[in-house]
Amino acid sequence: MVIDSMNNVKIKVENLSLYYGDSPALKNINMHIYNQSVTALIGPSGCGKSSFLRCLNRMNDFIPNTRVEGNVYLDGLNIYSSNVELIELRKKVGMVFQRPNPFPMSIYDNVAFGPRLHGIKDREKLDEIVESSLRSAALWDEVKGILTRSALSLSGGQQQRLCVARAIAVKPEVLLMDEPTSALDPLATARIEQLIRNLKKYFTIVIVTHNMQQAARISDVTAFFLMGELIEVEPTEKIFTAPEDQRTADYITGRFG
Amino acid sequence: MELDAREHIDIELRNLEEKLLKLGRLAVDALSRSVVALKEQDVLKAREVIEGDAILDELAEDIDMSCLKFMARFQPLGQDLRIVSAIMHMAVDLERIGDYGTSIAKRAIKLSDRPHIKPLLDIPRMEADIRKMVNLALEALMEKDIKKAEEVCRLDDEVDDLDRQIFHELLLIMMERPRVIEQATELLLISRTLERAGDHATNLAERVIYLVTGKKVSASQIRRPKEDKD
Repeated sequence: MVIDSMNNVKIKVENLSLYYGDSPALKNINMHIYNQSVTALIGPSGCGKSSFLRCLNRMNDFIPNTRVEGNVYLDGLNIYSSNVELIELRKKVGMVFQRPNPFPMSIYDNVAFGPRLHGIKDREKLDEIVESSLRSAALWDEVKGILTRSALSLSGGQQQRLCVARAIAVKPEVLLMDEPTSALDPLATARIEQLIRNLKKYFTIVIVTHNMQQAARISDVTAFFLMGELIEVEPTEKIFTAPEDQRTADYITGRFG
Repeated sequence: MELDAREHIDIELRNLEEKLLKLGRLAVDALSRSVVALKEQDVLKAREVIEGDAILDELAEDIDMSCLKFMARFQPLGQDLRIVSAIMHMAVDLERIGDYGTSIAKRAIKLSDRPHIKPLLDIPRMEADIRKMVNLALEALMEKDIKKAEEVCRLDDEVDDLDRQIFHELLLIMMERPRVIEQATELLLISRTLERAGDHATNLAERVIYLVTGKKVSASQIRRPKEDKD
């Protein structure tokens, strides 16, 4: 992946600051996120990495007393400008959360939920989307015979892959993942990681992870956050072998955090 | 007292470094004693060097396994990762320097039954330089001091000069006294072996520089510009 190539920038973050009440949670972040790559956000608890992730699809809009300054451009369009439709934005920028959170409905309906919301009613079309999404999420073979069963009957790892299938069913361009494997066992984690590696061919993926080995395994670019600041963003192999900033070096060698 | 993860890593790394230091001492010792055995035509000493090689090999193997275990347990990153990687490579270089000691000791035995064809001055000088280089490189590792590592790279120029000087000198001797060609060739090979040992000592220094700075440096960037070799 050519990191410097400008036309490969999917998301451009410019002077982004976020306040919860009066206290800044993010301070003047500038960063590029590249198309068809995996960007990992790392840093100690409370460093702002999850807040940053949530800024990328305006999830912080839900939290009272928050204020955002600066701009986030998705394909050159500012997602914080007043004429942006949130529903359209979230269709383009999907999200997978820390704990699997399938809706209490059938496996099929979970995946079809988004497409239906966006107006697709044709059964054949929906069948096709459900199958291809479940295939992309590496879940199809396990659930193809039980699509009408409740999603809650699946194992944790399967539920998380279902959530990935649900997120990609609306054909997003960007996939945000907030510690998607922290509630999973090593085998389920490995499957999600493999999934992420496969999905980056089609999406831009941004992942928050507490597991540095995970970031090292799956990401192309890693960004290190500390106390609301973006300290360093580099190709992953550089960050984990020879970071530039002493604070990054201290964090990845477990000297704090 | 409970150790936190960081203290644990520091202790493990220190242990690995200590083991490498021990290997370094054994390697330079083997090389030094082989050259003394050569100079003093001391077959007993040469045999000791050859027999001692097994200990060196064992320690190098132990370091390799210890590094693997450390990586499996701690999954080091950043400088921790660079240290383990450096130690693994440096162990190979040191083990090789030890092997060169054995190789010289074997030639020393071969050359022990006839008087020297010339007084041996430059070969011990080369060996002294290499000893200094290895010791400096190991100090550089322990102290994370790149100045010392750079000094090692520069010293290798001296070793190369001596090798070339020996080559020309022996060439003259061989032309004048064809009967000593066999002995002269042995000395030539010893000189070349020491020159190779100098290269491995230089590798040690390059590893330390990467470990400390995170940037790959080739010794040729530090040494004087290369002239045409003979």
